[in-house]
Amino acid sequence: MRFSIYRYNPETDAKPYMKDYEVDVPHDSDMMVLQALMLIKDQDETLSFRASCREGVCGSDGMNINGLNRLACLTPVSSLKAPITIRPLVNMTVIRDLVVDFTLFFQQYEKVQPYLQNHAEPPATERLQSPEERAALDGLYECILCACCTSFCPSSWWNPEKFIGPAGLLWAARFLADTRDTATEERLANLQDPFSVYRCRTIMNCTVVCPKNLNPAAAIAGIRHKMVEKGS
Amino acid sequence: MVNKLTTDMSLTGNGLRDWIVQRFSAVILGVYFFVLFGFFVFHPHPDYLILSEFFSVTWVRVFSLIALLSLFLHAWVGVWTVITDYVKPFPLRFLLEAFTILLLIIYFFWGIEILWRFV
Repeated sequence: MRFSIYRYNPETDAKPYMKDYEVDVPHDSDMMVLQALMLIKDQDETLSFRASCREGVCGSDGMNINGLNRLACLTPVSSLKAPITIRPLVNMTVIRDLVVDFTLFFQQYEKVQPYLQNHAEPPATERLQSPEERAALDGLYECILCACCTSFCPSSWWNPEKFIGPAGLLWAARFLADTRDTATEERLANLQDPFSVYRCRTIMNCTVVCPKNLNPAAAIAGIRHKMVEKGS
Repeated sequence: MVNKLTTDMSLTGNGLRDWIVQRFSAVILGVYFFVLFGFFVFHPHPDYLILSEFFSVTWVRVFSLIALLSLFLHAWVGVWTVITDYVKPFPLRFLLEAFTILLLIIYFFWGIEILWRFV
C-alpha cells in the first residue's frame, strides 16, 4: 500500500515536499497507521514523528491522515483509501516532518487554569462528590490534549492567539462542571471577552475529529449557557 | 492598544453581551421577515398604494422600527466578527469597521425617515 508523507527538515530542505513509501499491508490486517509509520521508519530512518503509548492515551501521534486530524495509533489502515496521505497537524508550526510545535496550544490551555481551585479549608479526607456530581464530568475529563480538534478549528486558524480553541475550552468546561471547584465565577469572568470563547462559530470540526469521541462544541455551548445563567 | 481598540469596536466589548444581542435580534428579524412574507403571500402584486397602506398601520411601523434596530445591532456584531476574522492589517480593519458602523447608522435613520414620511 502506498503512503504519501509530508517531509520537511528546516535545516536541509528549502521547502516541504511529499515523499512516497510502499508498505506491505496483508489483506485482512488490522494494522494501525502508527505501525505502518514504524515500518516506514525502518525503510527511512530520517522520518520523524511523535508516538508513545500506541493506544490513544498519550495524545502524541495526532496528525492529518487523508485530510482529517486523527491519532495514527487509533486509525486502522484498512479504514483508509490508498494512497494514504499523511501531513502534520493543520495550522501548526512544523519542527520537522510530522512533529509540530505545541507551544501556543499549551499557552491557550494554561489560560483556562486547568486545575482544581478551592480556597476552603481542606477536609481531613477527600472532597467527596455524589455519583451524579461525578457523572457531570463524563465527556469532559477524558481529553488527552492531542490537539486534533484545535488544529482543525477554523476559528483557531483565524485567531490562534486570541481564541482559546476547543481543547482548552473543553478543559474550562471540565472545571466549571466540577462541584469541588469554587472559582466558577472568576473562570466565567475571565472568558467573557469577545474572543476567548465567543469566537467559536459552532462549526463543529472539533467534534467531528476528536479521536476520543468527545464533544468540545457542546462543552463550549455549555460554557455560554453557564454565563447566561450567572448573568455576569 | 491595538488589541483593546479591536475589542472596543465590537458592539458591547463583551462576548456574552454581543452573543445575546445577536441571538435576540435574530429572533426578532426572523419573526419580522415571516410577517413580511405573509404580507407578500396575500398581496402577490403589491403596488404603491397597498404598500403605503400596510406601512401606515401603527403596529407595522413600530415592528418595522424594532426590526430596523435589530438589524443595526445584529449586523454590527456579525460584520465586526467577520472583519476581525479575515482582515488582519490594523488600519484597513479599522477603516472597514468604521465604515460599517457609519453605514448602519445611516440605514437606521434613513429607515426611520422612510417609515414616518407619510404620517
